[in-house]
Amino acid sequence: MNERVRKMLCQHCQKRIANVHFTQIVNNKKVELYLCEQCANEKSQFHIDSPFNLGDFFSGFIGINGASPYIHSVQQERLCDVCGMSYDDFQKTGKLGCGNCYKVFGERLKPIIKRLHGNVEHVGKVPQKLMKDLNAAREIEKLKEALNKAIQNEEYEKAAEIRDKIREMENKKI
Amino acid sequence: MTGDRNNNDVLKPDIVISSRVRLARNLERYPFPFRMSREQSLKLLSEIKDIVIKSSATAADNFYFVDIQKLNPVDRQVLVEKHLISPDLAESQIESAAIISKDETISIMVNEEDHIRIQCLYPGMQIDAAWQLCNNLDKLFEEKVDYAFSKDFGYLTCCPTNIGTGIRASVMLHLPALVMTGYIRNILEACSKLSIAVRGMYGENTEAAGNMFQISNQVTLGQTEQEIIANITSVASQIIEQERTIRNELYKQNPYRFEDKIYRSLGIFTNARIMTSEECMKLISDVRLGIDMGIIKTIDRNTLDKIMLLTQPANLQKTIGKPLSPEERDLRRAELIRELIKR
Repeated sequence: MNERVRKMLCQHCQKRIANVHFTQIVNNKKVELYLCEQCANEKSQFHIDSPFNLGDFFSGFIGINGASPYIHSVQQERLCDVCGMSYDDFQKTGKLGCGNCYKVFGERLKPIIKRLHGNVEHVGKVPQKLMKDLNAAREIEKLKEALNKAIQNEEYEKAAEIRDKIREMENKKI
Repeated sequence: MTGDRNNNDVLKPDIVISSRVRLARNLERYPFPFRMSREQSLKLLSEIKDIVIKSSATAADNFYFVDIQKLNPVDRQVLVEKHLISPDLAESQIESAAIISKDETISIMVNEEDHIRIQCLYPGMQIDAAWQLCNNLDKLFEEKVDYAFSKDFGYLTCCPTNIGTGIRASVMLHLPALVMTGYIRNILEACSKLSIAVRGMYGENTEAAGNMFQISNQVTLGQTEQEIIANITSVASQIIEQERTIRNELYKQNPYRFEDKIYRSLGIFTNARIMTSEECMKLISDVRLGIDMGIIKTIDRNTLDKIMLLTQPANLQKTIGKPLSPEERDLRRAELIRELIKR
């Protein structure tokens, strides 16, 4: 299953990598699709744009609580684009599939991490290789603050200097 | 004599059995082990093996490589009993390995829950030394590979309970007096409030056989490694002080009863013909207490440590050299104890 999902192409356009798990209930049958983000958006758009079709009208008339027997629900689930894990998989196993999962599900993981550690910020050691990047990022943050201050104080010459420095540092990073 | 006293002050061998630090690390380019294909896990294995072999800092002939898949269940369990691999690694279904130093201080587990788990194990209270050694090994790896790391979450691990520093620092404590008096309950409560986990001898979900408790940090994110080590050291020190105080108090209250209990256990320990592993652990606890209190002088701690290891089910079968039924084990265990004490 994992192997299959890992490098799956979008089942709609067959071009882009699928990173959304799309579940639709059509005619009381569950349809599962693995789509790319674009196609998933288009699909759900289609659904939202036509909330009231003939089928809905009749089913409402027949009196099944106004619900459509054709399309009951649409669920979209973002998948990790590196390993294909879904958040649902994480909830079932308590494990993440790869480092990238922390990027993809980061916001949803934060409350859990906070509950586990009482904290969501790393303060321990950093790999030597990344130290430079991390320091550069912090330095750029500082310069940006200085730039705003210079502009506020109408010290435009100074601001231009700082701006150039930021550009230079950002170029180096890339 | 002075040296011995210093050693006692620092290592606290009367209560601290061992200190252990492990770091969880993952490589950026691979999914975590349970999501890896066979090819990926084999590739990662050889990559890590190469780093250790080619590193002059670790000198390859000081290590041996254990292919977990090629080990039979008894040999796997031998390593678990020695605390060189985790029970999880012993049950691993994927290509996994342990790179173990010949002095059995270092064990690098590959493809356990995380790609790499660096573990350093020292006798007595040496948690700081264990951390230093782990840190040095970590530096060796990080020069060669790119770790999965994020600015916010630190070192990324398969389970979010280990992210951040990825460190688990633990000390194994022998706490018979706290158990005897029931004060252990207060300790357990206090520890849980401080986010310190208390477990049995073999980690998660194991019972505290022989009054052995493993205390370790639960939080890995939002504190520095040094803070975590300092925290465990200070909690352990307080528990050690309490255990010592209660031991002395118990002895003072009724020295004859205390000594009687120790000597009865020693009698059974050295003379029994059938010994279950459960009874063995109980008796070892009493005999160790007797040695610590200066009551027993005929057996030393090293011998007792050796007995404790070699009477575990897998090590016992390994020592005898053949698989044994539980009944045979109980006979052989009693025999081995007598033999080791005689030596």
